[in-house]
Order: sequence, then structure tokens, then C-alpha cells
Amino acid sequence: MDVLNALVLFANFVVVPATAYGAQLALGALGITLIFGILRFANFAHGELMSFGTMATILLTWFLQAQGAGIAPLPTALLALPLGIVAAIAAALATDRAVYRFYRHKRANPIIFAIVSVGVMFVMAGLIRIIIGPDDQSFADGARFLIRAQEFRQVTGLKEGLAIKQSQLITVSIAVIVVLLLFWFLQKTRSGKAMRAYSDNEDLALLSGIDPDRVVTIAWIITATLATIAGVLYGLDKTYKPFIFLQLLLPIFAAAILGGIGQPVGAILGGFVVAFSEVMVTYAYKKFFSYLGPEGWAPDGLVQLLSTDYKFAVSFIILVAVLLIRPTGIIRGRVL
Amino acid sequence: MITRTLLTIVTTAMCTMAFAADEVKIGMLQGFTGPTESLVAPMAKGGELAIKEVSDSGLFLGGKKVVSVRGDSTCIDAAAATAAAERLITSEGVVAINGATCSGATTAVLNNVAVPNGVVMISPSATSPALSTIEDNGLFFRTAPSDARQGEIMGKVLGSRGIKSVALTYTNNDYGKGLADSFKAAFEASGGEVTIVAAHEDGKADYAAEVGALSSAGGEILVVAGYLDQGGKGVIQAALDSGAFSKFMLPDGMVGDSLAQAFGTGIEGSFGTVPGTDSPGAKMMGDITKGADFSGTDPYVPECYDASALLLLAMQSAGSTDSAVFKEHVMKVANAPGEKIYPGELAKALKILADGGEVDYVGGSAVELVGSGESAGSFREVEIKDGTFATVTYH
Repeated sequence: MDVLNALVLFANFVVVPATAYGAQLALGALGITLIFGILRFANFAHGELMSFGTMATILLTWFLQAQGAGIAPLPTALLALPLGIVAAIAAALATDRAVYRFYRHKRANPIIFAIVSVGVMFVMAGLIRIIIGPDDQSFADGARFLIRAQEFRQVTGLKEGLAIKQSQLITVSIAVIVVLLLFWFLQKTRSGKAMRAYSDNEDLALLSGIDPDRVVTIAWIITATLATIAGVLYGLDKTYKPFIFLQLLLPIFAAAILGGIGQPVGAILGGFVVAFSEVMVTYAYKKFFSYLGPEGWAPDGLVQLLSTDYKFAVSFIILVAVLLIRPTGIIRGRVL
Repeated sequence: MITRTLLTIVTTAMCTMAFAADEVKIGMLQGFTGPTESLVAPMAKGGELAIKEVSDSGLFLGGKKVVSVRGDSTCIDAAAATAAAERLITSEGVVAINGATCSGATTAVLNNVAVPNGVVMISPSATSPALSTIEDNGLFFRTAPSDARQGEIMGKVLGSRGIKSVALTYTNNDYGKGLADSFKAAFEASGGEVTIVAAHEDGKADYAAEVGALSSAGGEILVVAGYLDQGGKGVIQAALDSGAFSKFMLPDGMVGDSLAQAFGTGIEGSFGTVPGTDSPGAKMMGDITKGADFSGTDPYVPECYDASALLLLAMQSAGSTDSAVFKEHVMKVANAPGEKIYPGELAKALKILADGGEVDYVGGSAVELVGSGESAGSFREVEIKDGTFATVTYH
């Protein structure tokens, strides 16, 4: 029995990566849920909006790095992030003006909106590939680790190491700050209350004199901000590649629907549930159990529920199960 | 007047055709884009160096010029490779192909284009064991050894370093699977233990989950049979980040400057195998590329030079650029008996062949074609020392 080693092992390979991943998914799912709450459609272009904001941030990061500007040991990308957000807001508002407003004034069916957003997704994806290309881009700099596995082993004398990357800590702390700000905005400010009113009952909100264009504009601004932050954090933690944002769309949607669509708290909850399920279901527990079992014993197999090849299947299963069993999500939201 | 104009046109056209006939085109079908792009840039230049050498000698088939026509086989997109090969043969009119780079693309091109059109193809770097037994009508050769051979060498290297148990991950394609299978068989036959064999997909952002499984299975080192610009790099990054493994065994697809640059001393002591030889040819290959914008000692550059050289020497030996004729001469010029030919001596070889003599092409990679026409293979063992790949020994 060696509980401590087992726990460190579990923390290193499950808890730490899943927490960072969960925070990234939660920020993405918040954007989906906000757009659904206000504009009442599933925004498939959200992944590409994340990608667009991240791309703008990367281009600016390269510029800053070339100028020698930086905030070491923190990554330079954080310095570039505000302008990246501005670029994403501009892109979001421009698409709204050029595309979505037309359908909104026609009071089009939500399914038409969803399909229109798929079109927007393709256009944006093409644009991104033209500007930055389809390849892997690395833009992370600054200190890489907070705690290295090797150092952890030396300090604690344990057999297992615990590594915490700086990007993981930044991800979680920024996510917490952003979420707190968002809730403060939605609960306490006039605009936030107007948005919630608009989301609850559009006609009633219009009768009480809420300006719908203003609500929509604010929704896009918040969504683009969240999307860019989520994309940049994901890129810092892992890597930026235009192609992966289409793959990310699935877990993000799963998170939003699982939490209860239109419910910001639900989106955060959903993000973490999806992330932890993905990582826990595909982790091989052989070593974990060998620490818990008697000395010198180890399970024969890998004790892995699902091969890592099927990681994305986990989000799919969650999505289907939620839609079948509890379509409103954990916190009762709308039904898609 | 009209007759005269017509006559001029016809004469001009005939002149152009006559000129075109004097120029022999060789297809340089390599993975210029995709997972192997950093390997291919110097490779293609090496292959074109041999073509230029033959062309400039003025001795090739009575003074014909030879030019290279590039085509992008990518590495993972069989349809793109097939289309590129189709273009080279049908619209560019190449008489032979040097390529493709990766095993999957090579198989597709061979089955769909080279065999139906009856064009000889020599790959400098396709190493899948499946290509040894493929139905090729005698048209396919390779200057790279099969992975079955590399698998044995890898087992031997691990044995010599006293490593008994390893975790193994491979890129999920023909190359990765073939190499992983042959390595596992060879290593286990010599008493080693492979704790886990797990595939990884290229092009993902995050390999933490894959590394989690590999780490849980355990092993002294991690064998990464992948690509250095793709998933292989991602797996190493994730393994280092989580502290799961700190030493790696890197087969040929992983050995390259970009990997050393990316991780440097972070993977100090990791080692690998890459086709290479200590024959004088390897050094001469380095010498003839001095002052050029690439190095003759980079991975697969000698093989690519040799592939071009073999194609052209076989044509010279056969006295024809017709694949059906010169395919019989590839093995003849590659193996003994005959005068040994090293890089930079192609003019000498052309002269001997023109005079009816025989050559034994050695080239930059000590070419010795065996079996169905593939290199017997000699390997260079490399190790990361001070953040760069250094040669340890030859096998």
C-alpha cells in the first residue's frame, strides 16, 4: 500500500491536466450558452471564433517578441491578448452585421440560424488558413513549469513526480477571474440584467424598453472575449493548430448541453464534467492500482476503460445520453 | 505564301519536339508538404544533384540532358500522391520516378500509377515491410532498407545498452505499424519486454492522455515510432511535461535537426537509429555537397542521391529510357561485379557503361540491392549529446 504515491500519480496524469482542460472547455461553453440564451441558436462558428481571436493574438505576440517586449516569466501572449480580443470582437460584430442581422430581422427559424453559422464557420476557417496557414504555430514563451516532476520527486522523496505547467495555473486563474467578472456583470449591472431579461422573455423585455440591438452587441462582445481567452489558453497549454478547433467544438457543445443550455453556471459545470470524464475514462490505472495493492503486485492488464483513440467518443456518449435522459441538462436550461 | 507559313510552323514544331526528345525527365516525387517536409527539403536537392551531375557530364545516352520535375506526394494523402504521380507521367512525360517519400504514398503511387503505366520507381525512404512483397512487375526498387531490418537493429541497440523493458508508441499508419510490429517481434525474440503498444494519431493538439497510458504501463524508455514534425514530437513533449519518460528511442522518422532544436538537452541521452553507413561513400557525399545549401549527411539525402543515380545508370546500361527495358538493369548496376562507384563519380560510371563495362554502384548509402530490389541496409546509431544528434556507431 502506497496511497501517497498513488494520489500523486493520479493528480499528475488526471487531476491537473483535466482541470486545465475543463477550464478551457468551460470558457468555450459559456460563449455557446450566451449566444444560445440571447440569439437562440447553436453557434457552430464558435470554434472558429476562438481560432480567429487566438490567431490575432499569436500574430501580435510574434510582433512583440520581435520587438523584445515581454513580461517574463509570464508568456508574452498575455500582453497581446487584449488586442486579440478586440480583433475577435470586430470579427464577431462584422459577421453579425453582415449575416446574422438579416436573419434576425426576418425572425428566421433557429435551425436556419444554426445552418447559417455552419457557413460562417467554413468562411472563417478558410480565412484563418489564408492568413496564418494550416500548420502548428508555437507562441508560448516564458517559464514553462511551476513544478517539475523531477524536482517534486527530489523534494518529497516520492517515487512519482507531479508536474504543474505555468500555462495550467494561468489557465485556471484567468478562467476563475473571467467567470467571476461575468457573473458580476450578469447579476449586478443594468446591461447584464437587461440581457437576462431579454434571454428569459424577448417580447416582455422589448415592451419594457430594452434595446435589442444593444443586447445582441453586448452578447457578441462577451462571447468573442470568452472565445479568444479560451483559445489562447488552450494554445498556450497545448498548441495552436487551426484544424483542432473543429474537433474542440464537440466537447464544448457537450459541456454546454450537459450543464443546461442558456445557464452560465451549467456551462462551467459541464466543462469540468466533460474534461474529467474524457481523461478519467481513457487513463490506464495499472500503476495506480499497483501502488494501492500489496507490494510487488500489479494488475495484468492496463485497467483502461477506453483506448485513448476514443477520447472524443466520450463527449459524444455524454451528449447522446444527456439528450436522451435529461434534455434540459444538469441545471434546467432550454431544450435544443 | 500559306504553304511557306505552314512549313515554318511544322518545322518549328518538329524542332521543338526534337529538342524535347533530347531532354530526359525524371520525376522527383517527394513529400514536400506534410509530416516529412523538413526531411524532404534536403533530400530532393540531393536527388537533383545526381541528376545534374549526369546531365552536365554530357555522357548520358550520347549527350542527352536530364532534368528533374518535382511533384508533391505529401506523406499521408494517398489521393494527392496518386494525382501528382499521374501528372508527372501523363502530362510531364517523366521516364522514371524517384519517390515517393512515405510508405503509404509509395504503395498508392505504385499500385495506381507506376505499375499501370509501366514506369520504374525507386523510393529513397519508403521502409514499410509490406513493400517487399508487393506485386510490382519488377518496376519498384528502394535504396532504403525495410523496417523489418530496422526493427532488428533497434532491438540490438537496446540490448547493447542493457535495456530490458520499453513502452512503444507508433504513428497510426503503414510506416508506424510496420516498424512497431517488426521491432516488437525482434525485441521480444531477444528476451526484451514491450509493456504496451499504443498507436497515436498525428495532428492532435494534446497527447497527455496517450502518455498517461504509456506511463502507466511502465518501461525504462519510450520508443516513439512516429514523425518528428507531428505526433511524435507531441508525444515527447507530453512525456517530458508530465515527467513520464525522460529518455526516448527514436527510429529514423524521428531523427532530424528540428527535434534536437525543439528539445535540445531536455532529451539528453536519448538515442536512435537512422539509415547510414561508414563506407567512404558517406563522407564523399558530404564532400560533394560542401558549399551547397544543404548537407549530404542529412537523413535520406544519400539514399535520394543514390535513387537518382541508379535510375540514370540503369538507363545508360540498357541504352534506353524505356522502363520495360532498363528495369532489368537496376540490380545489375547496383551490385557486384564491376568498378565501384562513389558519389561524384557518375561521369566515370557513365563512361564505363558506354564502353560496355560493368559498374557496382556503392554511392552515398553503400547500396546493395537484395531480395525484390531493396537496400540491405546499414544503420547509424545516434545519440543526443549536448543537445544535438551525434553518431555513436554503425550497424
